[in-house]
Amino acid sequence: MTPLTRSARIAALAVAAIAVACALGPIIAGWFGVDGTSIDTRLGATPPSLAHWFGTDVLGRDELVRVLVGGRIALAVGLGGTLIAVAIGTAYGAIAGYAGGVVDGVMMRAVDAGFALPTTIVVLVAMAITDSRSLALLLPLIGAVSWLALARIVRGQVRALRDREFVVAARALGATPARVVVRHVLPNAAAPVIAYATVALPQVMLLEAFLSFLGVGVQAPLASWGSLVTDGSTQLAVYPWLIAFPALALGATMLALYTLADSLGATGTRGRPRTTSAS
Amino acid sequence: MTRVVRRIVTSAIVLVVVATASFVLLHAAPGGPFATDARRSPAVARALEQRYGTGDSLASQYVSELAHLARGDLGQSLVRDESVADVIASRFPVSALIGALALALALALGVASGVAAAARGGWVDRAVRAGAVLALCVPAFVAGPLLIAWLSLRLGWFPPARLDSASAYVLPAVTLALVYAGALARLARAGMCDALGEDFVRTARAKGASERAVVWRHALRAGIAPAVSYVGPAAAAMLAGSFVVEKVFQVPGLGSSVVEAIAQRDYPVLTGVLVFYAALVVALDLVVDGALAWLDPRSRR
Repeated sequence: MTPLTRSARIAALAVAAIAVACALGPIIAGWFGVDGTSIDTRLGATPPSLAHWFGTDVLGRDELVRVLVGGRIALAVGLGGTLIAVAIGTAYGAIAGYAGGVVDGVMMRAVDAGFALPTTIVVLVAMAITDSRSLALLLPLIGAVSWLALARIVRGQVRALRDREFVVAARALGATPARVVVRHVLPNAAAPVIAYATVALPQVMLLEAFLSFLGVGVQAPLASWGSLVTDGSTQLAVYPWLIAFPALALGATMLALYTLADSLGATGTRGRPRTTSAS
Repeated sequence: MTRVVRRIVTSAIVLVVVATASFVLLHAAPGGPFATDARRSPAVARALEQRYGTGDSLASQYVSELAHLARGDLGQSLVRDESVADVIASRFPVSALIGALALALALALGVASGVAAAARGGWVDRAVRAGAVLALCVPAFVAGPLLIAWLSLRLGWFPPARLDSASAYVLPAVTLALVYAGALARLARAGMCDALGEDFVRTARAKGASERAVVWRHALRAGIAPAVSYVGPAAAAMLAGSFVVEKVFQVPGLGSSVVEAIAQRDYPVLTGVLVFYAALVVALDLVVDGALAWLDPRSRR
């Protein structure tokens, strides 16, 4: 792998800093007697102050702690959904690519058909007809609609690797197809998979935020950046800080992840303009 | 020719798979559209089952659904006294108008800024790259309320909701276009960067073509190919109506009809919209393939 560019290192640090803040911030705030759950309706919504850095919401809850705790959920759902998508996409793509022939043809046409299904509708319908609002269903569902692009990438990698000498040698030594794929082929396809996962992560986080906005995602008393933005958007003109901080947290995290993905070459949007010298 | 036939056959298969997937999705769940706690006489229940065929075996329901779809008959809404085709016919034009405006805006803004970034380099390139990635990071449910608060509540330029005047279409279209404009700018920039390094561009320069002619006449056709192949699925998503934009601006479009149908368990409407959406994706993919072949002769092979 190529060494990371400067902007990619800054982006990686930013993601790490946001994750650490979300993990530890609420605990540290607790030492100072600030939490995101105690309700103080007489205080109500107050703009950012020294006591409450991000202000308080309509129920007088500290917005900073709510944003940090919401970040735990947003990042956990993003990470979990991405891991599920990577697992499904890798297994599916590896089987299709290694099997080849008719199996490959049928499996990849199914992926083509999957791209013609709108992912948000599928998740919405599934959440609605099961009448469930639990994260235990949301997480696998988000993963289950996000693996198609990865399956294509892994299949391409596996097809390129399956006839290389070291793979043929492993086969000749009597290794089973499963062992050949898992031990010899997939480790060599790891770089593009990791690069793709960094693009999938902000997209999965955005999908969760969308679903929360539409009312089928993260439910109260839990909150994610998506549901906090939703709450804030109804009182935007009166209490602008209630939408500004969660939206900034979500946007900054996505920005850092996209910057990282760009420098890993995962978005296919690298390339430098030719410097027009004399013309 | 055989390629066209093969594309049409695959498209038909995709539609059958989508219809099957939506059938499975809707019938896997417990509780049908008529499941209710209210007491209902057995005669009424039987009449409902007969009228809508919900009492038949799953296999025969599946076969009859596919047979109807093959004839272009999307069935009847279970909730409203309307056919599914009527629901789509009354809702789709609203979404499609907003979507078409957004598509035009995203194409103009995205492609122009992407091409300019690749051709000019320097600060133009940095500004476009930063703007494009920022556009990707501001979700519609943040951009929409912000635009309403600023342009309609503060400045009073546009109505905040309700589509009863021409100016009411501006904010939903802009909100919808932002993310796609960002993605298109990134793809057009990357494609143009590649194209400007190609041999045929060097040849054009060598024979003394002006920089403007090199960019617009020689490099553009090959350079915008990545952006054009993204337009297929993006246009389908924009035209079919975004749930988020339709919720923010209270637009009575196709997206909000899906949300209603889900709440009411109106299975025929859901299946109809899913199949309609898939047909839109497939049709736009065909158009995009044709456009790519016209743009870049090398892709015809």
